[in-house]
Amino acid sequence: MRIAVCLKRVPDTTTKIVVAADGKAIDETGVKFVPNPYDEYALEEALKLKEAAGSGETVVYCVGGDAAQETIRTALAMGIDRGVLLSATPGADGLEVARALAAELKDGGFDLILFGKLAVDDYNHQVGVMVAELLGLPCVTSVSRLSVASGALEAEREIEGGVEVSTATVPAVITCDKGLNTPRLPSLKGIMAAKKKPLEVKPVSLGTGTIAALGLALPPERQPGKIVGEGPEAVATLVRLLREEARAI
Amino acid sequence: MTTIVAVMEQREGALRKVSLEVLSAARRLADALGGTVDALLCASGTVSGAGDLGRNGADRVLTATHGDFGLYQPDGYAATIAEAGKSAAAIVFAATATGRDLGPRVAARLGVGLASDVTELAVEGGKVVVTRPVYAGKALQRLRLDGTPALLSIRPNTIRPSEAPKSGAATSFPVPTFTPRVKVTGIKAPATAALDVAEASIVVSGGRGLKEPAQFKLLEDLAAALGNAAVGASRAVVDAGWRDHAAQVGQTGKTVSPSLYIAVGISGAIQHLAGMRTAKTIVAINRDKDAPIFKVADYGIVGDLFEVVPRLTAEVRRLRGE
Repeated sequence: MRIAVCLKRVPDTTTKIVVAADGKAIDETGVKFVPNPYDEYALEEALKLKEAAGSGETVVYCVGGDAAQETIRTALAMGIDRGVLLSATPGADGLEVARALAAELKDGGFDLILFGKLAVDDYNHQVGVMVAELLGLPCVTSVSRLSVASGALEAEREIEGGVEVSTATVPAVITCDKGLNTPRLPSLKGIMAAKKKPLEVKPVSLGTGTIAALGLALPPERQPGKIVGEGPEAVATLVRLLREEARAI
Repeated sequence: MTTIVAVMEQREGALRKVSLEVLSAARRLADALGGTVDALLCASGTVSGAGDLGRNGADRVLTATHGDFGLYQPDGYAATIAEAGKSAAAIVFAATATGRDLGPRVAARLGVGLASDVTELAVEGGKVVVTRPVYAGKALQRLRLDGTPALLSIRPNTIRPSEAPKSGAATSFPVPTFTPRVKVTGIKAPATAALDVAEASIVVSGGRGLKEPAQFKLLEDLAAALGNAAVGASRAVVDAGWRDHAAQVGQTGKTVSPSLYIAVGISGAIQHLAGMRTAKTIVAINRDKDAPIFKVADYGIVGDLFEVVPRLTAEVRRLRGE
């Protein structure tokens, strides 16, 4: 089984966001970057599926700058066979990233192309589905259970108040949600092996797209609230405030 | 003529509440651009609530009827919306499980970008300008949508539905030919049939302070007493397997904007705060007076949650009983 995983380098989720001087991006000084957490489910699923199939290849693709090589090495350390960095600086339009990935993946002969359901930096929830549409492939998003057998797949995804069950044939694109699996940590042996695995760097040019980034700002600080009181005796006051002041109940 | 397409959602033949928010957002764009609103429904038969869409600003209600449209049909819905919206000025989706799947499909088909999970929108110089939370709400991004149509999905609970009576003329819309690549075979009820945290107007969330999974019963009781409330959870208790991931609030869970958020036994890690800081009113109940959650809470009670929460539930019940 041949499986591609598309990976993004994002700030660690514990990062405190500081807006850069240009007012459009974050200040990356001192920020720790990690593989997008949802992409880790995609990486793990690719490794599990290849192990179950007994043969095949797993390839990780990433659109980003040179620093993303480190992110790709993390995936290789988990056990992915090789990596491709599509070297470019993505803008605000996810469709341009999807186009670059689709062009690269089109003739890759993959049975599955896996993504995380969203990237925890821009929260777009879109590149994976767009790639599927551009390639004319079936796609199920936000998948938390997946079974693949004899060229067919069944996937489950959480929807509001339920779980939606879908079927499709491979090749297909799947975007992965938490719950699908438990991503493995790279072993020391894996980290050593990753240094020798192939990592190809291909410059790509992204279009400007149709979305213009005007600015990035921190949300307004919440006004400091008040401690209503201590212990259960404070409940009556809380309920009164929620009713009369906040009009929340 | 300038048209805004508002993509409606139905479940089992009933219009979903979030669709009124989508419609109101579309109406605002139409009023600013001098256009009309087409509310578009994909369904397998009649949809209850569709007849009232004129009240919230639909000039026309287009229904695309197909035998496979009772459940979500990604390829068929996308083909229909792309056809109905290809000459529109804008297409507005809900940032729901369906809308988040559908928006990018339509964007790829029409070759324009998509602004996901928008919380504010306006028209400036004839262009749609939106604000959307990024980094799980730790920052707000402003975007100008230069594509035609402008594509956006709005986050539930952020655009208030408003009345704007229009004719809401019922019109059938022909479903274009499509290739069904994915087939939705059914919807399984979750283990706990409950309101989704992203859509509930009140969320009661619990963290490690509850000490053990069974204690979430306290929060379920409080949510039941409040009504229209969902039970959420911190990442710590989801990772520990106490609660399903569907309930997780925070950067690797859901970002919620309810009118009331009650955080119980949650210290308030930065990832959690990111997911709930846009709630209108925040209440924190925690035994540690220095917990970061109190910095964002409008009202706090320092104390033992096992004493405070049952009292709160009783008080709310008493209030509701009046």
